[in-house]
Amino acid sequence: MFRRTLPAAAFALSCAIAAPAAEAQQRTRLTVYTALENEQLAPFKRAAEAAVPSIEIAWVRDSTGIITARLIAERQNPRADIVWGLSVFSLLQMEAQDMLEPYTPRGAEALRSNFRSDRSPMTWTGMDAFVSAICFNTVVAQQRNLPRPSTWADLLKPAYRGQIVMPNPASSGTGFLTVAGWLGAQGNDAAWTYMTQLHENMQVYTHSGSAPCNNAARGEYGMGISFDMRAVTLRNQGAPIEIIVPTDGVGFDLEATALIRGGRNAEAAKRLADFAVSRQAMELYGRYYALVALPGVQPAVQNYPAEFEQRLVSQNFRDVALRRDAILREWSSRFDAKSAPRN
Amino acid sequence: MSDLALPVRVQVPLEQRLLRLGLLLALAVLLLGLVLPLGTLLLRAFEDADGHFVGLANFVAYVATPSLRIAAWNSLWTAALTTIIVVPLAFGFAYALTRSCIPGKGIFRAVMLLPVLAPSLLPALALIYLFGNQGMLRVLLFGESIYGPAGIVAAQVFYCFPHAALILAVALSTADARLYEAAEVLKAGRARIFATVTLPVARYGLVSASVVVFTLVVTDFGIPKVIGGQFPVLATDVYKQVVGLQNFNMGAVVGLVLLLPAIGAFLLDRWADGQRAGTLSGRAVPYVPKPRRARDLPLLALCLLVSTALVGIVGVAIWGSLVTFWPYNLTLTLNNYDFDRFDTAGWSALWTSVRIALAAAVCGTALVFTTAWLLERGAPGGKLGHAVRFIAGLPLAVPGLVLGLAFILFFNHPANPFGFLYGTLAILVLNGMVHFYTVMHLTAATAIRQLDPEFEAVGASLKVPAVVTFGRVTVPICLPAILDIAVYAFVNVMTTVSAVIFLYGPDTKPASVAVVHMDEAGQASAAAAMAVTILAVTCSVKLLQLASGGLVERLTQRWRRR
Repeated sequence: MFRRTLPAAAFALSCAIAAPAAEAQQRTRLTVYTALENEQLAPFKRAAEAAVPSIEIAWVRDSTGIITARLIAERQNPRADIVWGLSVFSLLQMEAQDMLEPYTPRGAEALRSNFRSDRSPMTWTGMDAFVSAICFNTVVAQQRNLPRPSTWADLLKPAYRGQIVMPNPASSGTGFLTVAGWLGAQGNDAAWTYMTQLHENMQVYTHSGSAPCNNAARGEYGMGISFDMRAVTLRNQGAPIEIIVPTDGVGFDLEATALIRGGRNAEAAKRLADFAVSRQAMELYGRYYALVALPGVQPAVQNYPAEFEQRLVSQNFRDVALRRDAILREWSSRFDAKSAPRN
Repeated sequence: MSDLALPVRVQVPLEQRLLRLGLLLALAVLLLGLVLPLGTLLLRAFEDADGHFVGLANFVAYVATPSLRIAAWNSLWTAALTTIIVVPLAFGFAYALTRSCIPGKGIFRAVMLLPVLAPSLLPALALIYLFGNQGMLRVLLFGESIYGPAGIVAAQVFYCFPHAALILAVALSTADARLYEAAEVLKAGRARIFATVTLPVARYGLVSASVVVFTLVVTDFGIPKVIGGQFPVLATDVYKQVVGLQNFNMGAVVGLVLLLPAIGAFLLDRWADGQRAGTLSGRAVPYVPKPRRARDLPLLALCLLVSTALVGIVGVAIWGSLVTFWPYNLTLTLNNYDFDRFDTAGWSALWTSVRIALAAAVCGTALVFTTAWLLERGAPGGKLGHAVRFIAGLPLAVPGLVLGLAFILFFNHPANPFGFLYGTLAILVLNGMVHFYTVMHLTAATAIRQLDPEFEAVGASLKVPAVVTFGRVTVPICLPAILDIAVYAFVNVMTTVSAVIFLYGPDTKPASVAVVHMDEAGQASAAAAMAVTILAVTCSVKLLQLASGGLVERLTQRWRRR
């Protein structure tokens, strides 16, 4: 039996080892960890490789939580050269563990001041902002006679009882960004009171940040609290969904770039970091996001209100990141213990 | 050569030493693939985030979590309820396949495996299409929500059924007709024969099946995550700690807590072990069921009912992969199968998965079966045997997330000489073998235990080395079970997500991970399409096994007939 199995195994193993090695001859192959949307990977890769011909991008893409967990678990022997497109909260967590290689990319000083690291040299640079938003299913709303909300405060209406879904902030970065936004916009005490009241209208807290919007799009729930980018894909497929950015202050998160300390291709990674803050790259981000890090770049994305930027709460990312554990403990003790799903 | 030269008295210990060496080798593989990685991670349960030893502080903090008691209770009762539903159902199904004369056994045998042939997202999607708030059959729930315990138990029953049925079918497949003849001659009633002949033979299988189902439910986080709503269970705590909070120390704590069922299972297994006796002696005559309507008709009805449910759920998912956007645009389309539109890996992910699964099936089966035989027959185990047996039972109780994380921490450690494996296909293969070790081992052990030790005794008295007896007698007799094990490994590796999501590299993204990514990105139909494609591959492999089954049967099992 072994005589037959060993060659097969050896074959499989050699395939595995041989395949990646072949093409990496002239260009430096950069391992780029990211949580960007799938559809963005191809255009981002094309643009970066055209602008920096000496590199070749090899993506490892997963959801924010998984990628962050992988990066931290690999800390002793990093596999990633650079992170391009990951939540700034994750990067700050990594900064606290001394995992980021300080480097100020060329032209990074031009970025909005709250869209880049305050260290010198910088540890991370922002790309664009994504905000917490409400995915509102218009068909379900009509059936159940639900008015369209336009503010967070609207969500407390008794009509919405059992109609709202949001991500559990302890499981999902999107959930945390939403809670952090409420704390930033309303102040501590008012925000906790708000969440306690909102809890009455909540049908379920999901473990995934995408699920509320995905399920609202399928009509499983009337509305889901998620982030703005998610709804675009769903609308394009024909989901009767409206994306609402509340007017009374929304929390936001940045997608950002950072070099990994101990990365194996530091020089090439720096060239990609330079590209990531360039005007050309910012215009690319602007095809998907309504607010990019470089002032003066007009985003091409549609369907956002003109005064979008004013709706964002002002928040200090480092402060929020430092309070993360305390916030989540408070949240869990208030809302997690209530077990039974509401109907 | 040395066999001939040495006197008999020395020859036996030499062979014993060789067999013992084999067992040590198996132990080494298990240590490398399971114990050391897991140990690396679980030690973190006693450290803080900076690596300082903190004793039991993390456990104290975990016990103080307000939702813990509720989560533990929820885990226990959903697992118990699932076991109570699944094991009798699976027993009835397996009984029908092995001890009755119903038609279409081959088809039922294939349908039985449907749930493990597809990624777990497929039944979850199907249940939402059927019983969700927009579901086609939601009236059947009488206003109850599928998101919660009802959904968890329903999905777990679907998911665990094949695991239990596979073990029980093997346990029931070999019976000595002489026992039944004797019982009939003694005028025992059917119920009495069932209770005194059939059940005792299947007891080990029943215990194994119950343990497997219970542990699977306790450790699985995929189903509660998707369909459990906010109904808290222990397994989702792991997800929360590792993926939500990146708190590996607490993740390790929960991982350790989840190992408790495995230790319970080990004790139960030891107990069942003490009760057993070789059931298929060398003089055994295989039991050939005779047609009897009163038995066959109800069993046929049961099989039809179960199969309809299984096929129905998969059918809904296939339909879901063909619609444009459920539930608002039900126009049929094949666009969802154009995977390059949704995922950079596209169709190549499927090929990656097939390569991993093939390698894991071939290497895994060889390792598992040889080890199981060494344990049961080769070397009188002693402490070494106990250790290997205990380790073999562990993977079942280790949540995939914990295993994946453990693999990173261990294989990516700068000082690890096996570090070169990290990021290659090989580590995905090793992970797959280890992850599904327990059920493969139980199936192999069940099949081997049913062989009379006399086979080895006769071999030994004829001075045939045990290895030759193994190759010439044990392997051919057990070939159907070996094929079952290989196919089980193949399909599980094709469909698993939780561990490999931490381990794939830029060029080795498996199809099952692509399914999760597409679902997260809101492309439910494309996710269903990829899941269906995986199902098509695994189904083909299963059908291939069935087609070759007749041949294998003719070549290796004819001796059982009178």
